[in-house]
Amino acid sequence: MSQAPATEIVTTFVLNGTPVTRRVQARQHLVDFLREEMGLTGSHTACEHGVCGACTLRVDGEIVRGCLMLAVQADGRKVDTIEGLSDSGELAALQSAFHERNALQCGFCTPGMLMAALDLLKNRPEATREQIRAHLSGNYCRCTGYHAIVDAVEAVLEAQRGAKP
Amino acid sequence: MKAPSFAYARPDSLGEALGLLAGHGEGARALAGGQSLLASLNMRLSSPELLVDVTGLKELSGIRVQDDALRIGALTRHCEIECSAEVARHAPLLAQAVPHVAHVAIRNAGTLGGSLALADPAAEYPACALALEASLVIAGARGERRVAARDFFRGLYSTALEPHELLVAAEFPLLKPGYRSAFLELARRHGDYAIVGVAAHARVDGGRFSDLRLAYLGVGATAVRAERAAAVLEGKAYGPQAVASAQAALGEDLDPSPDLYHSAATKLHLARVLTGRALAALVQ
Repeated sequence: MSQAPATEIVTTFVLNGTPVTRRVQARQHLVDFLREEMGLTGSHTACEHGVCGACTLRVDGEIVRGCLMLAVQADGRKVDTIEGLSDSGELAALQSAFHERNALQCGFCTPGMLMAALDLLKNRPEATREQIRAHLSGNYCRCTGYHAIVDAVEAVLEAQRGAKP
Repeated sequence: MKAPSFAYARPDSLGEALGLLAGHGEGARALAGGQSLLASLNMRLSSPELLVDVTGLKELSGIRVQDDALRIGALTRHCEIECSAEVARHAPLLAQAVPHVAHVAIRNAGTLGGSLALADPAAEYPACALALEASLVIAGARGERRVAARDFFRGLYSTALEPHELLVAAEFPLLKPGYRSAFLELARRHGDYAIVGVAAHARVDGGRFSDLRLAYLGVGATAVRAERAAAVLEGKAYGPQAVASAQAALGEDLDPSPDLYHSAATKLHLARVLTGRALAALVQ
């Protein structure tokens, strides 16, 4: 159904498995909406022009930049955040590996990093170390130097591969 | 920063989208993947009155062979080009270029048409379109028109598109027997904007080049075809002397503008280095 020009639009989407309907300002990007209207502050805003990856979300099963999608564009779609994927246990192995290998220091990039890493686990289970780096190249970390993060993701990938006959 | 206030519309037909664009003139912008437009709004580099979200127009998406061309709908996303067997088979230059486009999360949203219509001089697709001599399909109130890639890119972020028009597809001639492609790019980090890149396409027969096209990105206001360097190699076999003569001629084709980190001389040098690598890749 088409939407006529408006600056505020009623938007309905499935957020972490639960349908939500809100009146949304057209200018508000999805991460600001989640943080300010829904209280979901796990997805971070930093550069707000698509460079740093701290706002990475999953929309209809694919990772996207939450700062480069308007909240009104979520209409009719399925949005998953770090909160939802933590609660569902989908991220448990990665979170545990990040903890064990000290793959975070300040933690600011970690939600986005986990979202990107989970996407790799699901879509490229055979990924090499180089491919892990390429997949995470859109997520900036200013503390760790990345090695510990790559180690953690590699460990989970190896465990995942080992678990399958 | 945050985007300024604007109105948002989501038409569900091409006619409706064109009507909205025509009705608002310069004040309206088409929103496709949004990976550059929303960033520029967040940085307040542009302030349209109306965003016309065209992503609901399913007919503008998809990849198919039509006559002697591979037609890729404007809303086809980078990730779809990356995974397409048709693209790999009929336009391998694009398949080689797409991994250089930003990062996974951006390739999941950004579109071919958005990149071509923005005409960023450091973007990959404009150079590919020039090298493959693609045709761009543009819809307006008076119907469809086709513009050759060489006539489409006019200047920095400037194209043959009128404000009331929409780029609906790009048509890439199908790969002909004997032709090969190579795409190479230098960037400070993977996925960053290119310092310099080259899209190369040629018929290669026994190591001999013909119909060579070399198109460069990151060297000026638009992607640039290097006609002289290509002419030097016409009918010539690959070898150190042939490569050196093309690299020398490239100085007449390119007049790179410096960026924050690289002088014009550095860019020209890097373009020559990439040219050597691209020619080697073509004969491999």
